[in-house]
Amino acid sequence: MKLVLSQEQQELRAAVRAFLGAASPLPKVRDGYDPQVYTRLSGELGLPGLIIGEEYGGAGGGFADLAVALEETGAALLPGPFLATTFATIALTRVPDKELLAGIAEGRITATLGQPPADGDVTAETGGESAAVTGTLAQVLSGMEADVLVVPARTPDGLVMVAVELAGEGVTRTPLAALDITRGQARVELAGARGRVLGPRPDGGIGDRLCVALAAEQLGVMRACLDAIVAYAKVRVTFGRYIGSYQGVKHKLADMHCKLEQAESIVRFAAWAADESPDELPSAAALAQAYVGRACFEVARDHLLLHGGIGYTWEHDAHLFYKRAKTDEVLLGPPRIHRNRLAELLEL
Amino acid sequence: MNLADYRRAARAWLVANTPSDHRPEGDPIALAKDFMARLYDAGYSGITWPRQWGGQGLTQAEERAFAAEAGDFTLPLYVFSIGLGMTGPTLVDRGTDEQRERFVRPLLRGEEIWCQLFSEPGAGSDVASLQTRAARDGDGWIVNGQKVWTSVAHHADWGLLLARTDVDVPKHKGLTMFVVDMHHPGVTVRPLRDMSGRANFNEIFFDDVHIPDEHRVGEVNDGWGVAVTTLLHERLSISAGVGMGSQRDNPASLEALREVLDTSDPLVRDQLVELHIRSRALALFNQRLAQETNAGVFPGARGSAAKLLLAELTVFQADLATQLAGPASVVDDHPLGQALAVAPGMALGGGTNEIMRNIVGDRVLNLPPEPRVDKTVPFKDLKVGTQA
Repeated sequence: MKLVLSQEQQELRAAVRAFLGAASPLPKVRDGYDPQVYTRLSGELGLPGLIIGEEYGGAGGGFADLAVALEETGAALLPGPFLATTFATIALTRVPDKELLAGIAEGRITATLGQPPADGDVTAETGGESAAVTGTLAQVLSGMEADVLVVPARTPDGLVMVAVELAGEGVTRTPLAALDITRGQARVELAGARGRVLGPRPDGGIGDRLCVALAAEQLGVMRACLDAIVAYAKVRVTFGRYIGSYQGVKHKLADMHCKLEQAESIVRFAAWAADESPDELPSAAALAQAYVGRACFEVARDHLLLHGGIGYTWEHDAHLFYKRAKTDEVLLGPPRIHRNRLAELLEL
Repeated sequence: MNLADYRRAARAWLVANTPSDHRPEGDPIALAKDFMARLYDAGYSGITWPRQWGGQGLTQAEERAFAAEAGDFTLPLYVFSIGLGMTGPTLVDRGTDEQRERFVRPLLRGEEIWCQLFSEPGAGSDVASLQTRAARDGDGWIVNGQKVWTSVAHHADWGLLLARTDVDVPKHKGLTMFVVDMHHPGVTVRPLRDMSGRANFNEIFFDDVHIPDEHRVGEVNDGWGVAVTTLLHERLSISAGVGMGSQRDNPASLEALREVLDTSDPLVRDQLVELHIRSRALALFNQRLAQETNAGVFPGARGSAAKLLLAELTVFQADLATQLAGPASVVDDHPLGQALAVAPGMALGGGTNEIMRNIVGDRVLNLPPEPRVDKTVPFKDLKVGTQA
C-alpha cells in the first residue's frame, strides 16, 4: 500500500497548482466555465488524458496521479466539466468502444456521465451501433458545458452504455439554479436523441472509481478551506490579539487539521486500491465517500464560521467552498448510501 | 530477505513463541523478561534501532510488518513499553556513547525495565514548571522532590528523570535530564490506584538521591530540549500502540462487538459503521506517517494529531460499545465497563487532548502563540502548581 506521493506526483502537483493559480485564480471562478482554461489544462498539462491509455493519446497514469490533479482542481474550485469528463472517462475506459477517449485525451471533447436513479429510466432503440435514446435525467453534472453524455440505457438486449451528443437533435438541456455557483448542473431530456452504442454496461467498478475521484476533489476543497482560515487567523486581530492565538479558535483549527490528515490518508489508500488492489477497492471507495465527504463539509462549514460576519457575505469566497463541499457530499447520492455499502461489505 | 518472507518468518516465530494462555502461571514480570529475551534473540526487538547499540538496523517497513503480524497475538510487553517507546529512543538520540552502550542493549533484551519521571503534582500539562531539584554535589548531583503518574515505576530498574538545576532562569532554561537508579535507597515508589481500580502507575519520592554526572543526558540546563525528544517519541509510540494490547483483545472493537450484537438492527449497523470509519481513518493516518518516516520525513508534531485522534477514538469506542451492549455492560466487571473506565487514561496520559490541540495549532499550523507570562520570569518568581 502506498500512501505517500512519488517525486513525479509531487512535480505534477506543483505544476497543476502553478497553472491554476495563474489561469484560474479564485476571483475568476465566479465567472464560471472558461473553455480556454480547459483547453490549456489539456494542452499544457494533459489532465483530461491522465488516466487514458497511451494507445488513445493519454498519459497512461493511474488514480494516484489523477487524485493529485483533482485535489488541485478542487482546491481552486475550478469551474467547468473537468470532474464530469473524468467521471465519463472512468466509464469509457470500461466499455469496448473507446473512440471517444482519443477526443477527450486531446482536449477536443468534454463529457459527462448520466446517472439515472433506476435502470430503465433511459431507454434506447438500437440499430447496429446507433441508437435513439429516450429518457429524462433530472441532474447532470456540467450538463450545459459538456459535449457528450455517456449514460446507461435499457435495450431489448439488456443494458448498454450509449454516448449522446448533447448539442444534437432530440436533446433539451435546461440549466438548474445550482447552489454551487462555480459549477453547474442541468436537466437533460432525451427524446429519441441520436446516440452511439458503446457496448454492454460494465458490471461494476465505475461507481467505486467515481467515489475515489470525488474524494480527491473533496480533499482539495478541505485543504484550501483550512489554508484560508489558518491564514486569516494569523492576521485578524480581536481584543488586541490574533484570533489564532485563542484556544477557542486554535483548537477548532487543530481538529480540522486532524480531519485533513485522515482524509488525505484515506484518499491515498483508495487511489492505491483503484490502481493496485481491486479486492480492497469497494470498501476503500465507500470509506472515502463516507469519511471524506462529511469531513470536507465540516471543514468548509467551520472555516466559514470562523471567519465571522465577513464569511457570511456574498463577496467573500468562503460560501463558494461551503456550497461546493455540500454539493460534492451529495453528488453521488445521499451519504447514507456509502455507509450502507460499508455495512454490506463488512457483512454487518 | 524480502518483506513478504520477513513477515512469514515473523508470523511463524510468533505462533511458536507467544504464550497462548492470557494468564499464564508464574511471576508475570519474570515471564515478560523471558519473552523479551527470546524476542531479542530472534531479532524482533529494536527492529529499527541502530545495530551498533543492539538493534536490528532495519526500516519502518519491517517494524510495521512485524507489528501487523503481532496484532493477532498478545505479547507481554507492557512493562517494557516506556523503555521501548520513550526512554530508549531518547538515549539513542541524545545519550552519550557510554550511555547507549550501557543501557540500550539490556533494555532491548528485557533485562532492565524503564520508567519516565516527568510529571509532578504541580506540573502536568505544564511540565516545564516542575519543582524536583537536582543540586550539584561534587562530581554528581543530589535529587529531592516528587513525581507522579509514573507507569511501571514499581517494576523499573531505571528512570529518565527531568529535574530543575537552576531556579534563577526562566523555567524552560533551568532543567536537566538524568538517568536515575530506581533501586537507590532514597527512591520511594508508591502505587496509585487509577479510576479503573488498577495500580499501573505510581507516585515517586526522591530523598537525597545521588546521581553520578555520567548519568546526565544532554547538557546541563538543556533538559527541556531532551524532554521534547522524549515527548515526540511518546506521542508517536502511543499512537502506534507500542507494547499495548492488540485490537484483538479490545472488547470494544468492531470484531468483538459484531459477535455479540444484533446487527439486523439498522441503528446498530450504522453505529458499527461509524466505529469502522473512525478506526480505519486513524489506522491509515498512522500508516501514512510510518511511510513518511521511512522516506525520511519525520512526522514531528504531527504525531500529536495522531495521539489526539487515538484518545478521541478510545473514549468514543468505549462509550459507544457500552451504549450498544446496554445495562449488562455496567455490572459484574463487564469488559466493556472496564474499557469505559480505562478509556480516559488515553486522553490524559502523554498530554491531554487540549495540550495536543495546542501543539497541533502552534507547531503544525504555526498559529500565533498565546500571550505567555511565564517565558521570561526567573523560575523562582513564577507562580506554579495549585494556589489557593
